[in-house]
Amino acid sequence: MTEITRSKARLWSRLGARAVLGQALLEAAKERDDFYVVSADLAQSSGLGRFRGEFPDRFMNAGIAEQNMIGLAAGLAKDGTNVFATSFSPFVTMRACEQVRMNMGYMQLNIKTVGLGSGLIMAQLGNSHFGIEDGAVMRAIPGMTVVCPADGAEIVRTVEALCDYGKPAYLRLTGGPGLPVVYEEDMGFRIGKAISLREGKDIAIIANGTMVHYSLKAAEILAEQGVDAAVLDMHTIKPLDTEAAEAQLDKKLIVTVEEASIVGGLGSAVAECLAPKKNKPPQLMLGIRDCFPHAGSYAYLLEQCRLTGELIAEDIMKALRN
Amino acid sequence: MKNREELEAMARRIRLNILKMTYQSGLKGAHLGGGMSVVEILTVLYGNIMKYDPARYDMPERDRLILSKAHAAVALYAALHEAGYLTEEDIDQALHGDSMFFEHPKRSLRHGIEFSGGSLGQGLSLGMGTALALKKKGLPSRVYVILGDGECDEGSVWEAAAAVTHFGLTNLTVIIDRNGLQFDGRKEDILNPGDTEARWRSLGYEVLTADGHDVEELQAALLRESDRPKVIIARTVKGKGVHFAENEVTWHTGRLTDELYQEAIRDVND
Repeated sequence: MTEITRSKARLWSRLGARAVLGQALLEAAKERDDFYVVSADLAQSSGLGRFRGEFPDRFMNAGIAEQNMIGLAAGLAKDGTNVFATSFSPFVTMRACEQVRMNMGYMQLNIKTVGLGSGLIMAQLGNSHFGIEDGAVMRAIPGMTVVCPADGAEIVRTVEALCDYGKPAYLRLTGGPGLPVVYEEDMGFRIGKAISLREGKDIAIIANGTMVHYSLKAAEILAEQGVDAAVLDMHTIKPLDTEAAEAQLDKKLIVTVEEASIVGGLGSAVAECLAPKKNKPPQLMLGIRDCFPHAGSYAYLLEQCRLTGELIAEDIMKALRN
Repeated sequence: MKNREELEAMARRIRLNILKMTYQSGLKGAHLGGGMSVVEILTVLYGNIMKYDPARYDMPERDRLILSKAHAAVALYAALHEAGYLTEEDIDQALHGDSMFFEHPKRSLRHGIEFSGGSLGQGLSLGMGTALALKKKGLPSRVYVILGDGECDEGSVWEAAAAVTHFGLTNLTVIIDRNGLQFDGRKEDILNPGDTEARWRSLGYEVLTADGHDVEELQAALLRESDRPKVIIARTVKGKGVHFAENEVTWHTGRLTDELYQEAIRDVND
């Protein structure tokens, strides 16, 4: 297991999600020879340049053919071998959706798809490249695990965990170079187990991906205004840590925050979990409000979608007043 | 090796079991047309070509068959019965009640089913990945992928087709059940495929053609040595063996009444 230190966390932050993915897979490949990596003409973009150079027999390029990439991965995974398959998030989750459904869902083959540049980080490239529905689409497939780590250190731990995870999963990568640091030491990561980052008695903020950092920021702002907010890193959207979600039922408000559409993602997963409960607080669902945002810089997009610490705090205060 | 008579007798038994399963599926019917067109292809593969052992169904050295035109599952079940994977009882139960052998096959190695199918255009990708995995492991097994000609409308078939030759997968053979019909009509009227042979040849395949109902022609094509991936275009007749279903678009799926069932049995036994 890679050691997590403050200086590494900062380095990973500078490198960004994709480079950290490539580095984590490279480190894993040095220690074990039981997995393959495939990509759809995005080896460099997946941070896999060195991997391809050092392990040419374990890397395959399917070309710009995501559907076939999943079939290729499925054939390699048919005997239980673990295969990571990477592409930009809309292409690997939606272009190849039915291949994912048949091979990873129905046949439960041991493939880990990785959605690069999910959320809004593709910025000026526009909505064709944004990953706003990917988590929802993957979550809807029976038998799929969906993980969206908060920062570089958690991406490293997720990749390590997925190397030992014998089931199909989707790894959703948000953020880019300059990824905010959440973890400077080992966080005790386990797939399906939320991490409590801040205790609080008034409200609970449940977030994942880059929004964990912004939720912590929001909690600080809320504290100044007399609201004591708990923050949970719900990195695994499916299977959801229902125990951790249910433990928030004593709060005045539950808030879910995701760099994704509010339709079908983390917020929906939490709502589905809590819906049958008799006495429950209202849930404020923050994320992209069922639209294709106007493209622009990443900072502009986060602002426009009200996904910064300040704006999250503002929306929470408004909900508390109503 | 089974001789011509033995293979033809096997094909006849497969046809009779296809009729039986279609009949017992009741009102909803089954994919009789495309099931009947692929019978000889499956007969030759399971009868003389493929290496397999139902007692060691997961042995790494087995040959793999992927019926990408998975709606012909009735034919696959009947062939797997001949091969010793499915029991008489499995066939008696298939396509009705809570049998696990429904209209599109679900992966079950124990029963010789390598894949879950039903969504067209995916089998060649899976077969390509499987052949690549076998090659990397140095296993001698072969992969056979059966495509429908209608299925070749799907773009994903061509992504996979290019990858097979790109990766030099000479351990993979594609067989196209070219019955010329699809759900809505004649292949050429629905989506003209152009020159099918030229299309595959341009990708680097060795392209062979055969009468898809002549077991010896099929066998010769399957046994032909090649240093390139091979595609066998098998000319077939949809609904083959049952006069009222042959070349009839309406018999893509259909149900057999008592009367039609008896008529069809007589046709096959003739």
